Amino acid sequence: MSLRTPLGKVRGLGSAKSGTEHWWMQRVTAIANIPLTIGFIIVLVSLIGADHAAVAARLGHPVIVILQLAFIVSITWHMRLGMQVVIEDYVHHEGWKIACVVANTFFSAAIAIAGIFAILKLGFGA
Amino acid sequence: MVELSLPQNSRVGEGKSWPAATGARLKEFQVYRWNPDDGQNPTVDSYTIDLDECGPMVLDAIIKIKNEIDPTLTFRRSCREGICGSCAMNIDGTNTLACTKGIDEVDGPVKIYPLPHLPVVKDLVPDLTRFYAQHRSIEPWLQTVSPEPQREWAQSKDDREKLDGLYECILCACCSTSCPSYWWNGDRYLGPAVLLQAYRWLIDSRDEATGDRLDNLEDPFRLYRCHTIMNCAKACPKGLNPAKAIAEIKKMMVERRV
Repeated sequence: MSLRTPLGKVRGLGSAKSGTEHWWMQRVTAIANIPLTIGFIIVLVSLIGADHAAVAARLGHPVIVILQLAFIVSITWHMRLGMQVVIEDYVHHEGWKIACVVANTFFSAAIAIAGIFAILKLGFGA
Repeated sequence: MVELSLPQNSRVGEGKSWPAATGARLKEFQVYRWNPDDGQNPTVDSYTIDLDECGPMVLDAIIKIKNEIDPTLTFRRSCREGICGSCAMNIDGTNTLACTKGIDEVDGPVKIYPLPHLPVVKDLVPDLTRFYAQHRSIEPWLQTVSPEPQREWAQSKDDREKLDGLYECILCACCSTSCPSYWWNGDRYLGPAVLLQAYRWLIDSRDEATGDRLDNLEDPFRLYRCHTIMNCAKACPKGLNPAKAIAEIKKMMVERRV
């Protein structure tokens, strides 16, 4: 039982004075994701039935490498932001919430770095 | 995590079926009952009344039940014309005011529950303590530093019009208690009603504390739990749009930094 006043509870630890950057970048990456995802799908569809050498050559083309890097950064960033909102909405245990937010960041970073590595590997023709 | 099932002590059982009235136009009312003093789980009681002997609104029916059938039925009501906000409850699955909801708008039995996801004081009376504290926390009064004018603070007609769609809010809490974000995070999220009130002061041309007000709201939980699902606008018995007010606050947040 708490004898704290209702206003004291509502004021709590005060305003975080942040959140706008998170909200704004979620919108910005969402806008970026539309053309980047469409472009990525077009590239993939155009490679249906192609052999390994043709796929490696196409995905290693500088323009496609740059577009794919933009795609993977934008989509994993957006994924991290969106997943964090879901975690904050539904995970109420303070310890689990922090663990989930950290794990979410690590997971998104791992996907991004693995993707970037693969794209660069093709781009530099290794 | 989110609780998908009701806690043991909140499971609603079948309650008493009161003897039906006689008449040509009978209507059943299924009403949530919970008494804090008897240690029992909540129940749903059934009352059947003759609509020819009753006023047209749901509030008329529950007042008739209290007066003529079961004086223990507990609910808030005052103005009976949609301006005080006291009789907000969940009727036929939607949060609304019992005094402006017509009985004829409901097909089949009229199901009446208290506003969702608030502690219940008794029967249809929810505990609004936190809701009022949240309203208090946004400091809903004019704040100025300029010397007080000899007469009133002047406001142009155009600026006054910006308050239309905001000043009509009666703080009945129908919107906030229809919002899943408020259900799950109501301890930190301010909810649609309070954010609409906050915007009412943000957009008031006479107020000089706009920046402080935005500072106070800029928070992942206080403001940004709103995901614009619009339950609030759908529930509002006054036809207001809290979701739009919240979107305007978010725009102000971006505007002051971009």
